Amino acid sequence: MTPSRPVQVRPAGRHALLVDLPDAERTGAFHAELLRRRAAGTLPPVEDIVPGARTVLLDGVAHPDELARRIADWDVPSRAADEGAVVEIPVRYDGPDLAHVAALWGVGVDEVGARHSSYPYRVAFCGFAPGFGYLTGLPAELHVPRRDTPRTRVPAGAVALAGPYSAVYPRATPGGWQLIGTMPDPTPLWDLTREQPALLTPGTRVRFVPEISGSVDGTP
Amino acid sequence: MTVKLTVVRSGALTTVQDHGRRGHAHLGVPRSGALDAPAMNLANRLLGNAPDAAVLETTLTGCALRPDRGVTVVVGGAPCPVTLDGRPAAWGMPLRVPAGAVLDAGGVSAGVRSYVAVAGGIAVEPVLGSRATDLLSGLGPAPLRDGDVLPLGAPAGRPTPPDAAPWPAPPAELTLPLRLGPRADWFTPAAPHTLTSATYRVSQHSNRIGLRTEGPPLERVSTGELPSEGMVLGAVQVPPDGRPVVFLHDHPTTGGYPVIGVVAEPALAAAAQAAAGTPIRFTLG
Repeated sequence: MTPSRPVQVRPAGRHALLVDLPDAERTGAFHAELLRRRAAGTLPPVEDIVPGARTVLLDGVAHPDELARRIADWDVPSRAADEGAVVEIPVRYDGPDLAHVAALWGVGVDEVGARHSSYPYRVAFCGFAPGFGYLTGLPAELHVPRRDTPRTRVPAGAVALAGPYSAVYPRATPGGWQLIGTMPDPTPLWDLTREQPALLTPGTRVRFVPEISGSVDGTP
Repeated sequence: MTVKLTVVRSGALTTVQDHGRRGHAHLGVPRSGALDAPAMNLANRLLGNAPDAAVLETTLTGCALRPDRGVTVVVGGAPCPVTLDGRPAAWGMPLRVPAGAVLDAGGVSAGVRSYVAVAGGIAVEPVLGSRATDLLSGLGPAPLRDGDVLPLGAPAGRPTPPDAAPWPAPPAELTLPLRLGPRADWFTPAAPHTLTSATYRVSQHSNRIGLRTEGPPLERVSTGELPSEGMVLGAVQVPPDGRPVVFLHDHPTTGGYPVIGVVAEPALAAAAQAAAGTPIRFTLG
């Protein structure tokens, strides 16, 4: 648990800073630290705190140079594995790319779900569409490339893999990820009737819960 | 009873806009909002509207509207012929539209986006605190279609006199002051010089997401993939073809192409009114 410091704070125009971090884990820790300081009232006003894969963007900052100097002195503790809320996502492992992913992983088609759901995940960052979270947690040996040809339509609820990330499509969009399963009811992923419309916010922990095989009806 | 505005002619692309949604970028929600915010603000001020009153933003070809009760409107932003039931009417100042009359904001004579503000504002249901149409993520009302009916809010204030309303002319040449970074180091040392000395032109493929440019490509020293990172309004992102794209209000909140510099936000209103082919000068500052 060695405290770490961000590698570099870069200007992004007159009112924003982009903080470069060495890896996803320390990006998550730094993001969590920002939220702690914001909650404690010790962070100057920042309109948007936007984590990326290895960066955190601070946008809408009145005095970015001053904040950049302060950030450079922060000791950021590592993030505990059990820090943050947990969300469970039920999955039917029935995606059209299941066989392809099974071949890449060197496992049987019916083992993909057990493998995928055995790891704890965390939302690293959001983007692409409202409610779309990029989830880290899959070990490096199970990372798979995007499809050569993106699909023109990926259905809402598709559980998908690309590179280090897992994701669940909150709504139907074009997409190039490998589809391994389906969240039967994807409406909670982005629900504007809730005060917090996104289910998967940066830092949230995620568990995929396989649906019992009896419920698989065989249609993709 | 709510006054209703019927869309008689929706034009090429007419959207509802206000100041957009702030503070939701971490959820993948773009800021959105009027691209030429000063024009929207002036139109609202002339009507005595609240600053957050929603207006209509047209694109090149204007739009036509018919209120079911008498309303006061301002057509501003990009200059265009205005008619009331076919008769010429005033642009850039409050105009009374009688019940059932057709207000037509015509094709622009210069610029790109005209704004039609109505006393009381367009009162569609807000989403995450804004009524703006966000074309990237589909939040807010869909772009207008012929026959749509829009509810109006109750007029709040008293119209201010239109004297000395400073509508800026759309730019003959667009100057975009930028600060280098955050990823200027992904480019050759010559790239910032190319960007600030060559003449770029506004591409016809520009939209609310970004002002695309035509001009000499900017060369990278690093050809690797940039892990997705947060993007700010005004970011000059350089895709693999090397032609800079200036992010406007519906830009994606994260992206994987390097940003060589960021254009100051006040300059983006002029960018919103720069027609295809307009020369662009990027300056440092």
